[in-house]
Amino acid sequence: MKESFSLALLKLARKDENVILITGDLGFGVFDRFREELPDQFLNVGVAEQNMTGVAVGMALEGYIPFTYSIGNFPTLRCLEQIRNDAAYHRANVKVVAIGGGFSYGALGMSHHATEDLAIMRAIPEITVVSPGCLWETEQATEAIVKTPGTCYLRLDKSHAGNTGRPGEVFSIGKARRLREGLDATLIATGGILSEALLAADRLQLEHRIDCRVVSMHSLKPFDKSEIVAAAKETGGIITVEEHVVEGGLGGLIAETLLQVGHPPRAFHRVGLRGGFASAVGSQEFLRKNYDLDSSAIVSAVLQISSLCS
Amino acid sequence: MISPGTTTVDLAKRLRIHVLRMTSSGGSSHIGAAYSMADIIAVLYGGSLRVDPRNPNWENRDRFILSKGHAGACVYAALAECGFFELAKLETHYKDGSDLSGHVSHLGNPGVELSTGSLGHGLSVGSGMALAAKKSGKAFRVFVQMSDGECDEGSNWEAILFAAHHRLDNLTAIVDYNKIQSLDLVSQTLGLEPFADKWAAFGWGVVEVDGHDHDQLRAAFAALPLQGGKPTVVIAHTIKGRGVSFMENSVLWHYRTGRAEEYEAALKELEAS
Repeated sequence: MKESFSLALLKLARKDENVILITGDLGFGVFDRFREELPDQFLNVGVAEQNMTGVAVGMALEGYIPFTYSIGNFPTLRCLEQIRNDAAYHRANVKVVAIGGGFSYGALGMSHHATEDLAIMRAIPEITVVSPGCLWETEQATEAIVKTPGTCYLRLDKSHAGNTGRPGEVFSIGKARRLREGLDATLIATGGILSEALLAADRLQLEHRIDCRVVSMHSLKPFDKSEIVAAAKETGGIITVEEHVVEGGLGGLIAETLLQVGHPPRAFHRVGLRGGFASAVGSQEFLRKNYDLDSSAIVSAVLQISSLCS
Repeated sequence: MISPGTTTVDLAKRLRIHVLRMTSSGGSSHIGAAYSMADIIAVLYGGSLRVDPRNPNWENRDRFILSKGHAGACVYAALAECGFFELAKLETHYKDGSDLSGHVSHLGNPGVELSTGSLGHGLSVGSGMALAAKKSGKAFRVFVQMSDGECDEGSNWEAILFAAHHRLDNLTAIVDYNKIQSLDLVSQTLGLEPFADKWAAFGWGVVEVDGHDHDQLRAAFAALPLQGGKPTVVIAHTIKGRGVSFMENSVLWHYRTGRAEEYEAALKELEAS
């Protein structure tokens, strides 16, 4: 996704000289072209995320559109208070971008697992939270956050679900995308793990004749309430899929929404991280399997709720 | 701006009286920290800062950030004295429903550039503003009022590196060096000395002044930037609680609220000054 983001940002920055890319000394090789072509719009602030965010706020308050970029938890948790107090409270036009959602950097260890960021960022008022699941969504989301005033968080992933954009399709922040129709259950995914949800839907159809609706919930704030309610009303149950702890992220969002509006799903399961930090390391693929986040785990969850409903 | 004929010494006295009333009536803390910087604020708002109360968002205004947000009462008082909002509003400070919060807030308060309260935020934001001014060729200057205790925060040292690296000579940090932080003396908590040397070693122009001597403060602000291509730090040696004898140099008056006899005694001293 980082290449899609980098290219989309370069296109935007060529058109608008107020777009500034600020990195906390990360993104090796990703921004070479950007840096070469638009050196005045590129700023490496060094390994100093708190200052990076504060500087971005100062520039945003003066009319610039700064993107702060780093990996894992560095552009979010490391400078969370700067995001809350300086960016969000002032509705500063700062775009926080993290590459490395979930286990993207799985082998680097716990420090590099971004597995609580969605819950934490979506709790902050006035912030837009976007977590694209495919390359098309990444490109579209990058353009969309520039047009969205105020502080935005863009969570990028190493994995992705290819290109799911359809000809003529319009991307809107806050509008979920239904990628498959089905009534037996709904798989709602956010981020690159959308690929596992699509894989699981294929397997369920082929091997079990279970038709799953698949929804890409690329925006967690604002989010598409009507699509969630439709899934609860129209399908046999909801399985949420996120490379994130089960608390407070996508699954939490959907559970609290459906209870609040009085449309609990017929069955509900959150595929996500449980049971503490992931101390094991490995590839994203390995860790998904190891922590029951892969397509097989999603298939099992659907089979389980299907048996409950039958 | 302040009415003609009012000196910055007059203004400082009024700021201290406002702050006493605001903190006593609202029941808030931090009078000591407001008094140590009252002379600095009076000199800034009494003429050194280029601001326009009739046009608070004037593009070329100097940006002033109170990074030691806990001393907000003093800045609110200065803004009201200058006409950014009504003096009567000061009476709401720290009270239910007011937007004059204990730590300075921009919402509803013209003239406040940045809401603060958590220490170690202002200098980074100020650096971003100063960089923006350089990039866009604007002539405004950025002033960040810091505390000494605040210099414990590592984020400030990130910003200190950054501002020097980017040669932000349109940025001035002012440190209210009253030598007392929340619970104890700075020297007993996390020593800063040799303080001026540290800033100089990080690439800043450094000037030390008596933070209660208006002529020294005015001269320092008139000479900015101290060195072309470098941000400037004005290290203002001050006395916590300055202006009321029993509050001066006292850790107690970081948090204590002056009430009843203490309030009356303080008011008497200030009015007689």
